Amino acid sequence: MTAQAPDIRLVRARRSFTANVKRTLATAPISAWFGMIVILIYVIAAVFAPWIAPYSESEIVGKAYQPSGPEFWLGTDQIGRDVFSRLIYGARNTIGIAFVTTMLSFFVGGTLGVLTALKRGWLDQGVSRLVDAFLAIPVLIFALMLLAVFGKSILNLILILALLDSTRVFRLARATALNVVVMDYVEAAKLRGEGMGWIIFKEVLPNILPPLITEFGLRFCFVFLTIAALSFLGVGIQPPTADWGSMVAESKTLITFPVKTFPYIPTPFYPAIAIALLTVAINFVVDWFLHKTSGLRDEL
Amino acid sequence: MHPVLRTVLQRLGLGLLTLFVVSIVIFGSLELLPGGFAEAILGQGATPETVAAFNREIGMDRPATIRYVEWIGGVLTGDFGYSYAGMGGSIKRSVTDLIAPRLYNTFFLALMTAAVAVPLSLFLGVMAALYRNSWYDRIVNSVTLTTIATPEFFIAYLLMFFFAIKNRWFYSLSTVSTSTEFWEHVYRAALPSITLTLVIVAHMMRMTRAALINLLASPYMEMAQLKGVPRREAIVRHALPNAWAPIATVIAFNLAYLVVGVVVVEVVYVYPGIGQLMVDAVSSRDMPVVQACALIFAATYILLNLSADIVSIITNPRLLHPK
Repeated sequence: MTAQAPDIRLVRARRSFTANVKRTLATAPISAWFGMIVILIYVIAAVFAPWIAPYSESEIVGKAYQPSGPEFWLGTDQIGRDVFSRLIYGARNTIGIAFVTTMLSFFVGGTLGVLTALKRGWLDQGVSRLVDAFLAIPVLIFALMLLAVFGKSILNLILILALLDSTRVFRLARATALNVVVMDYVEAAKLRGEGMGWIIFKEVLPNILPPLITEFGLRFCFVFLTIAALSFLGVGIQPPTADWGSMVAESKTLITFPVKTFPYIPTPFYPAIAIALLTVAINFVVDWFLHKTSGLRDEL
Repeated sequence: MHPVLRTVLQRLGLGLLTLFVVSIVIFGSLELLPGGFAEAILGQGATPETVAAFNREIGMDRPATIRYVEWIGGVLTGDFGYSYAGMGGSIKRSVTDLIAPRLYNTFFLALMTAAVAVPLSLFLGVMAALYRNSWYDRIVNSVTLTTIATPEFFIAYLLMFFFAIKNRWFYSLSTVSTSTEFWEHVYRAALPSITLTLVIVAHMMRMTRAALINLLASPYMEMAQLKGVPRREAIVRHALPNAWAPIATVIAFNLAYLVVGVVVVEVVYVYPGIGQLMVDAVSSRDMPVVQACALIFAATYILLNLSADIVSIITNPRLLHPK
């Protein structure tokens, strides 16, 4: 009779990914929970917009400027479209466009940053000096100018903002990658004869991911606010596409010229609140993430 | 030559070089368009003759280098060329005439805001750093975080709603003209200025706080405390001399931020400044005006950052010996 040997593998088994996520989430502060829940709601609204929204985004369903009621939850806008439906579609358009722009900007800026850190030499010098010149012009001003040159369209908006934003990503990616490219495992991969793509995406990128993820949250906020500002100025996302920035601009007469006989309708404030809430939520999550990954860094 | 002077001159040279590159970027952006700007503006259906006539009108038929030299030469003597708006007609509208009164208005607004925002945010930031993790610090922190995350136009409309519509203390639209008197101008520009102040104070306060906390955590501050220097004296004699450079950077950064914030706020309050002009010009693709505005904004931005650099060099002897 031999005693049952304890299964060592079970004891030593590493916590699974889901277990790790659960443990991390359990320590999240209330502000981070609030942020994550808000972001989740926005994502659901954006993805399932056609099923959630009672009406379509450009359909005229009632009289102009109707106050909120059972038929139109948040009232109607200046030509009688349902504000609630447009808010939900706005989540899809505004967040979707900002997300695509940030992804593109990180792909371009991140790849170029790691590549220049690996190659150094004239490529590094050339790209870095060009980026310096780009950084000397404020993004909003530069974006306005390029939109005037290339014309107002969603594709141009995405490409222009991604290009301008990628210069900021490039700086961070290059600075962090410079510490990683001197590591032995990168050298080993080079000696193994791995291609440039493998070294960038499999060796260097995973090791500079934490600062890049944090930066992704902040850059997304920045891109999102810039798109909202440009749309508000009338040169970003064009009507009839529902978008929070232009929704504020379209209904601004309710604040600037309120007519006495006219009941006050808070229509311009809904999209503005939607923008502010999302940015605050993302900032909360990013703050928590920063705190977790750096521990010591005082939040700025 | 004195080392301080040499470093300052080096920075100035670098700043001028950046300005030169930026002017090329601004001028060159028009050349990037495949098929030319005329075709983009006139549409697909335009005949080659109309395109050629338009190109001749805006001078696009000549080489870019010659046009750049003419343009930058004109800019240096205060001549930005003619707006597309009066093109073809007998009355040509000079961009300089369009910009000059608006530039004054924008600088008026920016200076007015800076005069309030800079002392206020430095005071709040220093207090938050000295009494960090207190209730005051936490409240100020969460308020500023919310302000930073909120789009400027939202803050602007909230203020307009409460202070111009609900309570009729201010005008909801800040219309000023060249004949407006000084105090009347201040009064009419008050709401835009308060909006900008709120946004900037939030940024500046947080940065001041972070810079000071960094400083207060340094070993010599601990040493001063250990050898029994009173807290007030430790701050004035040990912390403050090292704080000038970060504070100058913070101020310049935020004044540069002000340059951008002005655009949205001017549009909200219909304040006749250069930001509003630029947005209008972008909508009508009036390139000479857009380029002139972009150049002015970029130059202000670069000059502000340059002056922060120079202040940090003068107040920090260590920067004189770069490694």
